[in-house]
Amino acid sequence: MKGGWGHKLTGYAGASVVLLIGWQLLSLAVDSAALPGPVPAISEFARVFFPELLPHLGVSLWRVVASMVLGTVLAVPLGLAIGRSHRLDAVAAPMIFLTYPVPKVVFLPVLLVLLGLGNASKIALITLIVFFQILVTARDAARSIPSASVLSVRSLGAGRMDVARHVIFPAALPDIFTALRIGSGTAVAVLFLTESIAGNQGLGYYIVDAWGRIDYAGMFAGILGMALLGVVLYEALEMLESRMCRWTHVVR
Amino acid sequence: MGTLSFEKVGLTYTGTDRSVRALEGFDLSVASGESVAIIGPSGCGKSTALLAASGLLQPTAGRVLVDGMSVTGPRLKTALILQDFGLLPWKTVYHNAALGLEIRGIGATEIRQRAMMSLARVGLADFTDAFPGELSGGMRQRLAVARALALDADLLLMDEPLSALDALTREDLQALLLDIWLQAGHTSVLVTHSIEEAVFLGRRIVVLTPRPGRVAAVVDNPGMGEAGYRASSVFYEQCVKLRAILAEEGALQAPVSVGGAL
Ligand SMILES: Nc1ncnc2c1ncn2[C@@H]1O[C@H](COP(=O)(O)OP(=O)(O)OP(=O)(O)O)[C@@H](O)[C@H]1O
Ligand SMILES: [Mg+2]
Repeated sequence: MKGGWGHKLTGYAGASVVLLIGWQLLSLAVDSAALPGPVPAISEFARVFFPELLPHLGVSLWRVVASMVLGTVLAVPLGLAIGRSHRLDAVAAPMIFLTYPVPKVVFLPVLLVLLGLGNASKIALITLIVFFQILVTARDAARSIPSASVLSVRSLGAGRMDVARHVIFPAALPDIFTALRIGSGTAVAVLFLTESIAGNQGLGYYIVDAWGRIDYAGMFAGILGMALLGVVLYEALEMLESRMCRWTHVVR
Repeated sequence: MGTLSFEKVGLTYTGTDRSVRALEGFDLSVASGESVAIIGPSGCGKSTALLAASGLLQPTAGRVLVDGMSVTGPRLKTALILQDFGLLPWKTVYHNAALGLEIRGIGATEIRQRAMMSLARVGLADFTDAFPGELSGGMRQRLAVARALALDADLLLMDEPLSALDALTREDLQALLLDIWLQAGHTSVLVTHSIEEAVFLGRRIVVLTPRPGRVAAVVDNPGMGEAGYRASSVFYEQCVKLRAILAEEGALQAPVSVGGAL
């Protein structure tokens, strides 16, 4: 495990160096105040982090985490149930197929009217998007569980809840985590959209506000904050996954 | 205890566009503490019969009785080992072995004691924290046996438990299964594709017809369980005899001359 961490850190350090060099070259080539190089951008980020950025970062983090938890908690049981029950699936599948491809972000104005400009409308929209992604993943994962696993546990006297707990949920967990990691990118993107359109809190607001004031240094600090949010979210999910799905790392 | 009888059992799978008659008029009685091997052509309903005996499938005709009572669902003292072992890859060796006891709601200390004892019995005591993915095929099969052992079952149903193993590991595990049976005295029903395995582990060997499965022949095998049986001439003769019956039933693809070389 220790070796794994060392390996990972070296990898991140290497990747960071490459990215920083690329960023520097790009900012030199573009030569615009809107795209500062890494040195001024990071020092500005450090300067405004505690006094200005942190409250907005906190609001954004809370919104996106709340939405992802809510969406997951609602979608996983429902998706697993649909995937394991032919009767439920017969009802739910057509609804999912019709609604899944609809881009949920277009409902943002509706949610703004109904739920106001604060947290509720933003959390509702991100929850909705996460919910659908996890729902479809959980359903598909539950469907592909080999019946031998279920039979062998049922032969031990397992009821429906035992099967769900010992077989269906753990079997679907790796797929759910993959969907969550991919979904975290979408969630942060939608977060930016919702915050940039309405309200006066959150990193999205901070970025767009600085842009309006032609404060490019501040704008870029906000962008770095949003990037940090995405990375932290992704890494947190990965750590959670490697704790909860230890067995996936040993399968030969 | 652990007597099993099939009475004119028929089982038809109804699919969306067609139905398959897997068993029809299947009659078989297994006495308490007896060891029966079931052999027959592929697709003749052997797995189906075991699933019906374990209570996971309900026959569409006839009855399955265990200890004289109709089987309506999984029974506490029946253990089932499936073709692909039925292990859960996300649970450690220990938790796989303990699963049946956990589901039965047995107390933690007793679970610990029984699971550790059965793991030790199959030689896996040092691997309790490993995942099935870290085990060899033979070790996985031992784990499946340990899980069944931990249940302290009086009826052990096995569906080709050793078919995925190489010849040496397989003989090793056959000896383990025989040992356990001689010691514990449970009723044992083994489905197999291997003639040698049937003769080694079945005191009675039941040959099924092609689908829909019925009993085609029963071979008595009183020498089973004796020390050195596998190397004896009786063992060899029983294999030849069984092979001839199977050829007659069309279970062997290539035509086999009766009494020909094994
Ligand atoms: N769930 C199912 N739905 C529909 N048909 C099935 C199902 N399970 C088995 N069958 C059919 O029933 C017949 C008997 O199947 P079964 O699995 O009992 O055979 P088997 O004797 O165990 O075969 P094998 O030796 O290959 O394992 C086969 O023709 C199979 O196609
Ligand atoms: Mg079978």
